[in-house]
Amino acid sequence: MTSLERVERPAVWAEPSAPVRFVLDAWTIAEGELRKLRHDPTELITRAVQPLLWLLIFGQVLAARNVIPTGNLGYMDFLAPGILAQSALFSAIFFGIAVIWERDLGVLHKYLVSPASRSSLVTGKALAGGLRSLVQAAMVYVVALAIGVHLRLDPPALLGSALVVVIGSAAFATFSLVIACIVRTRERFMGIGQILTMPLFFASSAIYPISIMPDWLKALAQVNPLTYQVDALRELMLAGSNPSASSLAIDFGVLSLTTVVLIAIAARLYPRLAQ
Amino acid sequence: MAVAIQIEHLTRRFDTVTAVNALDLEVRTGEVFGLLGPNGAGKTTTIKMLITLLPPSGGTARVAGYDILREARLVRRSIGYVPQLLSSDGALTARENLMTSARLYHLPMAERQPRIDEALTFTGLEGAADRLVRTFSGGMIRRLEIAQAMLHRPEVLFLDEPTVGLDPIARRAVWGHIRDLRASEGTTILLTTHYMDEAAELCNRVGIMHLGKLVALGTPAELAAQAGPGKDLDDAFSYFTGAELGEESEQGGQYRDVARTRRTARRLG
Repeated sequence: MTSLERVERPAVWAEPSAPVRFVLDAWTIAEGELRKLRHDPTELITRAVQPLLWLLIFGQVLAARNVIPTGNLGYMDFLAPGILAQSALFSAIFFGIAVIWERDLGVLHKYLVSPASRSSLVTGKALAGGLRSLVQAAMVYVVALAIGVHLRLDPPALLGSALVVVIGSAAFATFSLVIACIVRTRERFMGIGQILTMPLFFASSAIYPISIMPDWLKALAQVNPLTYQVDALRELMLAGSNPSASSLAIDFGVLSLTTVVLIAIAARLYPRLAQ
Repeated sequence: MAVAIQIEHLTRRFDTVTAVNALDLEVRTGEVFGLLGPNGAGKTTTIKMLITLLPPSGGTARVAGYDILREARLVRRSIGYVPQLLSSDGALTARENLMTSARLYHLPMAERQPRIDEALTFTGLEGAADRLVRTFSGGMIRRLEIAQAMLHRPEVLFLDEPTVGLDPIARRAVWGHIRDLRASEGTTILLTTHYMDEAAELCNRVGIMHLGKLVALGTPAELAAQAGPGKDLDDAFSYFTGAELGEESEQGGQYRDVARTRRTARRLG
């Protein structure tokens, strides 16, 4: 048997340390995703239309009748942060379909044989999913201003709500990625995506306060990350009295923890897509 | 003689099927080695284990001196891989694809741009560098993929059916490209193919797999000679696998494989 020698090649190069690589790799992936959107922004534009319809049609009808008890907060004020969270959720939850598409093409394999860690790849995807939703956020702000929602426009508040939108969407995009890794085919994914969106949306404080829910739904709403996202957004988006149920620290804590846990799970499952 | 890939009792089972069955094989440094075999013989499964995409059920292998189980990241850093399917991202330009690789492999900053330019020149894609890859022809995509897989100058390059779905002219171009690579970089290349002319043309040695086992090993000429006087590699293939037309092995050529190959062919074609 011949001996196994390691052939030193002239092009052996030094690498940054593991934590630095993690950040750089995640950003490389995220940036690639954002470039794709720049090459073809159709998806972003169509997604931005959805919240507009909810605010202008659904919102106006319910606000006019005053059917939902939102205390001293006008219904449109109450609704605007909810719709922002909802529209971000609706697009993030289908993020996994792109991952299945990449797997079917073979692009996924390319990334998985690169030296980038699985968790950095998944974090990059999550970050891209989060950043995409900023376009929807901008849309909701513009429409909300136009229809007279009392918005906070001071830079800290704007920055804070951008951050909440990014983290929340990153969480749901990663959730979607986890589902994609489990179901593996587009057909199954579409069905499951639909089934998941509605309970997440209705068992949250997005379009009505938790107080009017039956007890079992209340319990569900309290473990739903979307509730915390909406809660943080109400505090950061709306001027005047603070209508929030839990502190911003808790909201951020829940959303960040959810994202980290989901990224850890996704990093475990992601390689299975290429097997 | 140095060995680039050392495979020891490598085994992979899927439920009831043993796709790769206690495979032993050595690929020498600097050679072009062809893994042949009918659908379902275990070629792609073997490659997937070697490039750390698929954990083996048993056995192990060393690639470029690193253990595929314990040193997976170092293996990944030392290899390039061009899958059977597409690997360049159609929604990005050629240059962006190459830059993504340069960044993921953490090539030194100062070398990134020169290497990308060099790769684009080498593949004759300078003029198309800033076009989205989805507008490329199949041959252009393959050349870009090989350039992308070679950007970090890997010690071992894996090519899974590199010319599937290409027309004869594009195939010849890819062959020339592979030969140039080996001449200029001395890269060890492991490729799988269904085309015996391709194997005879490119490979120093070939191994024929059948039902997860290696049934023949040698230079294309040696295997042809073993099949009988005046025989070629095509005859050797039938001789060693017992495969005649319309007699594919049970585990291969399933609906999914067929759909996948055809889809790839359509995209590349």
